[in-house]
Amino acid sequence: MNNIVGMFRKSRNVLESGGITPEVEEKIRCPICKAIDTKRSVAKNKMVCPVCGHHYRISARTRIKTVCDKGSFQEIPMHLQTENPLHFPGYANKIESARLASGQEEGVICGTATIRQQPCAIFVMDPQFMMGSMGSVVGEKITRLFEYATEHDLPVVGFTASGGARMQEGVLSLMQMAKTSGAVHFHSQKGGLYITVLTDPTTGGVTASFAMLGDIILSEPNALIGFAGRRVIEQTTKKKLPDDFQRAEFLQDCGFVDAIVSRTELRATLERLLKQHRKGAGV
Amino acid sequence: MMTAYEKLLAARAQDRPTARAYIEGMFTERTELHGDRKYADDAAIIGGIGELDGKPVTFIGIERGRDLQERIRCNFGCPMPEGYRKALRLMKQAEKFHRPIVCFVDTSGAYCGEEAEERGQGQAIADNLMQMMGMETPIITIVIGEGGSGGALGLSVANRIYMLENAVYSVISPEGCASILWEDASKAADAAECLKITADDMKRFGVAEDVIIENFDAFDVMCEDLKKRLLSDIQEMERFSGKELSEQRYARFRKLGVYQEI
Ligand SMILES: [Zn+2]
Repeated sequence: MNNIVGMFRKSRNVLESGGITPEVEEKIRCPICKAIDTKRSVAKNKMVCPVCGHHYRISARTRIKTVCDKGSFQEIPMHLQTENPLHFPGYANKIESARLASGQEEGVICGTATIRQQPCAIFVMDPQFMMGSMGSVVGEKITRLFEYATEHDLPVVGFTASGGARMQEGVLSLMQMAKTSGAVHFHSQKGGLYITVLTDPTTGGVTASFAMLGDIILSEPNALIGFAGRRVIEQTTKKKLPDDFQRAEFLQDCGFVDAIVSRTELRATLERLLKQHRKGAGV
Repeated sequence: MMTAYEKLLAARAQDRPTARAYIEGMFTERTELHGDRKYADDAAIIGGIGELDGKPVTFIGIERGRDLQERIRCNFGCPMPEGYRKALRLMKQAEKFHRPIVCFVDTSGAYCGEEAEERGQGQAIADNLMQMMGMETPIITIVIGEGGSGGALGLSVANRIYMLENAVYSVISPEGCASILWEDASKAADAAECLKITADDMKRFGVAEDVIIENFDAFDVMCEDLKKRLLSDIQEMERFSGKELSEQRYARFRKLGVYQEI
């Protein structure tokens, strides 16, 4: 786990500083096919293994670079700071170390951008910030983004990555599920398009709210998507689960994912869908 | 004064009245309706049409079962996706006929299992949250026992939420929280305290409008009082248009959450 996080951080440098060439070309070993490659070439391929197509988990900032037109992303400043409303033991420290580990203030980044010239509002959850868990700030930011998109007649593209509702804010985290789902509803009522892209992992309270509410639900290959955790299910049912359980392909077979799209194809897919839903594109 | 954990145990007590008891105690002229019209009938969620002093109302409740046989049949009050879809079907029906909706929540959580995942537990709950927000008819939810996470929330997107005095509401079971935090499920009592799950906590956070005193020794009196409260709430809410009720419901949830604006 620590290794993987370390890997992200270095690859972020490569992607985000416009390609700093490391003095010694660092190598990366794919955890799936074990192929060894340079970090630079994997980063150039949007952190997808060029050999087997394994999608590495990436930070929200890196995600934005891989999806949005260069320089088009404008973060909507919201100035929200996380509190510890329950005085939950250890929470303040957890937030602090998440900030350090991710370089982000909270678990989601919201803004506007263009994707191959198609304008949209966009939110990207960060799997490195307390596993992308949803507390009051994450819920409020996503809600405000939908309200902004409703007001400005923009489609929403949302990237989910989350372990679920954030335990440390108790029932207030749970209520963010209802709040965000309401915001999706009112955006939809005004004819707004909402595309979700499920990324690894999307589970718990996020699956049971805005992740599953897209007009179109896309997923990255092999992403873990589910409501209950695998371990919880195995404990409850005392049964070993198949390996592909709760993977994107399984979800598509069950009828809950529209399409599985590789990260390298995603911009083209989003462009096409956004174009087809432009105001006046239909009859 | 009971601790959070004592309240949790009281909420889970086997002799505590279940949803069916409240429905039978308050509603007359009942017709129970079954099935989600898509897959199956989930016994963990009961629903139908009844009358409150002559006024037709749709009732929906999560049922734990009163004896072992019933408990097994309704999965100990852990609904399947088809249960949430059944609830949504009945709510849509209520909306069509301008009937208010009363929900009774009592669950340790939505069912965790392979088949629940295959049939889209997350999607079913998500759909309820979104559709309930838009529902153009009054919705009142009463938490009569345990309000376990997303499984409870799936029937809680209401204009008003009441908590019985020993009912609890939580994002995660205190046992689950303790095993994540301290790798020790036996520290559930400490976790219950940390998670702030009591009815008073819910009122303080704005999650619940009011706390209802329990009086199980005179259950019929309690039901009668509850019925009066529901009728006066419904009368108040019916002054508003369906659209206004939906907007009020959103405004209610819109303000939940604690953060600092900097
Ligand atoms: Zn590979």
